[in-house]
Amino acid sequence: MKIKIIEAELNPWQEMEHYQANMTTLSGKFGATNIFVGTMRDFNEGDVVTSMTLEHYSGMTEKQLAKIIEKTEQQYAILDVLLIHRVGLLLPNQPIVLIAVWAVHRGDAFDACRNIMEALKSSAPFWKKENLIEGSRWVTKNTQGYQT
Amino acid sequence: MSITVRYFASLSEVLNKSEEKLETTTALDIKEVWNQLNPDKIMPNNTLVAINMAYVEMGQTVQIDDELAFFPPVTGGAL
Repeated sequence: MKIKIIEAELNPWQEMEHYQANMTTLSGKFGATNIFVGTMRDFNEGDVVTSMTLEHYSGMTEKQLAKIIEKTEQQYAILDVLLIHRVGLLLPNQPIVLIAVWAVHRGDAFDACRNIMEALKSSAPFWKKENLIEGSRWVTKNTQGYQT
Repeated sequence: MSITVRYFASLSEVLNKSEEKLETTTALDIKEVWNQLNPDKIMPNNTLVAINMAYVEMGQTVQIDDELAFFPPVTGGAL
């Protein structure tokens, strides 16, 4: 398991390639890899969003994410997890979060990845502040994950 | 002897502070800590609380040397 909180731009595909190249002990053992990449949109609630600042509680964030992954490992048969989350100033089209889950079978990989993402959104101490064309605002609620 | 108190995101902006210490010789209830440090501010109903970087319920007692954090509902990940 690896958790990283970074300020630099996130390239999820490079991170995946690098991490999997070093997963030598799991070589030949996994049959499914599920990847979620969250990307910054340039709109929210009818407004143009020009950039976003992501604040977090350094130290607690890592602890909370580790708890989420450990709990998920107890619920699903998964082999490894890579989780990288951006903080600081983000621009539209930049990746915010990468969650990759390796498992023997696809069901566990899909479900565990979704489970980690939903738990992250409801309990990891990150806060988004959107910068609009005029002014800025804190994001105060999470969406359910589907278009409404 | 003190308790370290931290505030994050919109709550930090509203209070215009992010960290402070409360000198105390005894353990205190979370609401007592808030009231001593923010006597003229009502804690928002949706405030979340952590002690030593783990979520706790509002009724919890804060010990000397603990780090207590107050923050609004979290909004990480992708929307």
